[in-house]
Amino acid sequence: MRDLTQEILELVRFTSTSLPPDVEKALRQSVEKEDPGSAARGALETILANVEMTRRNSTPICQDTGTPIFFVSYPEGWSPRQLRRQIQAAVAEATQKTYLRPNAVDALSGKNTGNNLGDQHFPTVHFQEVDGNELTIELILKGGGCENVSTQYSLPDTRLKAGRDLEGVRKVVLDAVHQAQGEGCAPGFLGVSIGGDRGTSYVASKEALLRKVDDTNPDAELAALEQRITEEANQLGIGPMGFGGRSTVLGTKITSTYRLPASFFVTVAYMCWAYRRRKMMVRDDQVSYE
Amino acid sequence: MPKNLTIPISDNAIRNLRVGDSVLLSGVMVTGRDAVHKWMADTFIKKTRQPSGDDLQVYQALRPVLDGGAIYHCGPVVAGLDTRQYRFVAAGPTTSIREEPYQGDVMHHFNLKAVIGKGGMGTRTLQACQEVPGVYLHAIGGAAALIAGAVQQVLGVYKLEFGVPEAIWVIKVADFPAVVTMDAQGNSLHEVVRQESKRILERLIA
Repeated sequence: MRDLTQEILELVRFTSTSLPPDVEKALRQSVEKEDPGSAARGALETILANVEMTRRNSTPICQDTGTPIFFVSYPEGWSPRQLRRQIQAAVAEATQKTYLRPNAVDALSGKNTGNNLGDQHFPTVHFQEVDGNELTIELILKGGGCENVSTQYSLPDTRLKAGRDLEGVRKVVLDAVHQAQGEGCAPGFLGVSIGGDRGTSYVASKEALLRKVDDTNPDAELAALEQRITEEANQLGIGPMGFGGRSTVLGTKITSTYRLPASFFVTVAYMCWAYRRRKMMVRDDQVSYE
Repeated sequence: MPKNLTIPISDNAIRNLRVGDSVLLSGVMVTGRDAVHKWMADTFIKKTRQPSGDDLQVYQALRPVLDGGAIYHCGPVVAGLDTRQYRFVAAGPTTSIREEPYQGDVMHHFNLKAVIGKGGMGTRTLQACQEVPGVYLHAIGGAAALIAGAVQQVLGVYKLEFGVPEAIWVIKVADFPAVVTMDAQGNSLHEVVRQESKRILERLIA
């Protein structure tokens, strides 16, 4: 099997240093909505200047390079075990090259391993075998600030009068945005999962963040809800960094997974504005990135 | 126009700051986040643990830097770890609210005038801002490269055994950009935004 360590290292560098075009476009559009001279507008202008600078200098967009979360879709013939080793080698080398901050800390002692290699869950790698002959590796770098404000609700929620329907989903997601205030580095992006058990719902909410900001949900009802939640979240007035303003959420992506009759979870993965998400594709001898 | 602030910061300069003011901070400050605040509180303020190793030396070295000074909630990406020719590559703020249980006491103990981070802090820190007096300065979260550009020199590091993000980095900064979001008069932008957004939320989910 081919050794992709250097190609995966490039994926990590690219993800950490170059914000995806769809995310940058959303940020540029949001600047125009904030009043000239406001703290909100100043924050967004600073953010965009930083984005240009890190792409030029190949340095991390944010010092919290987060949990590296890999989603690997491999055709028959590839070994997940060997791919995991290559991912680990690439992550350690990326840390040494300062594309990543050493972030893997023993839960109890607090000791930092120094190379971003912890146990089998750090870095996180999700594998699935797929048809066809293209290997894809997607990477999200998700920082601690936005991970800490991500959350899960079990419906019905009496405090929010949220029932087991899309109206209930809308209520709890807006509550999550309010709870987060500016702490998740607003303006943020929401990955929302409805259903599942607690664990699958958390994973699915992160998978929803693999979608492009400007795509449309094929389910018309969910597409409408995504748009409504984004619009209403922006009415909350939390704004960039929580300074107040019109740009609080720049995109909502909703997915659903099968659930037990007894359970109705809604999980909100809050992603900061530094929405670092990139993809690498391997077909025959060709490796490409987007 | 941003206001220039030089460390050490005088009480007078602090009292002249208001929520919403942009500032450019210059001088020597230290980074400190979760492990550092807990270490300061446990070892020197509440004294629930005995100093060990180089604790007392680090404490004596930090006191003059923090007196009238600033602490920055930041876990940087640092180059030059092998050669000890340290350079900040990325150095944006981390979420401050995690230090809420300690911050007010740390401000009082060290006569700390400025706390820099993101996301704002709670009532205990706001009260300490009025008493010390001090301010909370909000840096732009994620603007890591731009802020690293304001770090002219890494003067040294303490407690590197806490790990790179959690260590105490002593840095010389020039024109470090931030916004006052909690002032010495008891105003907090975060409290205002929280209350106002709560009112709107209640209407939206009614």
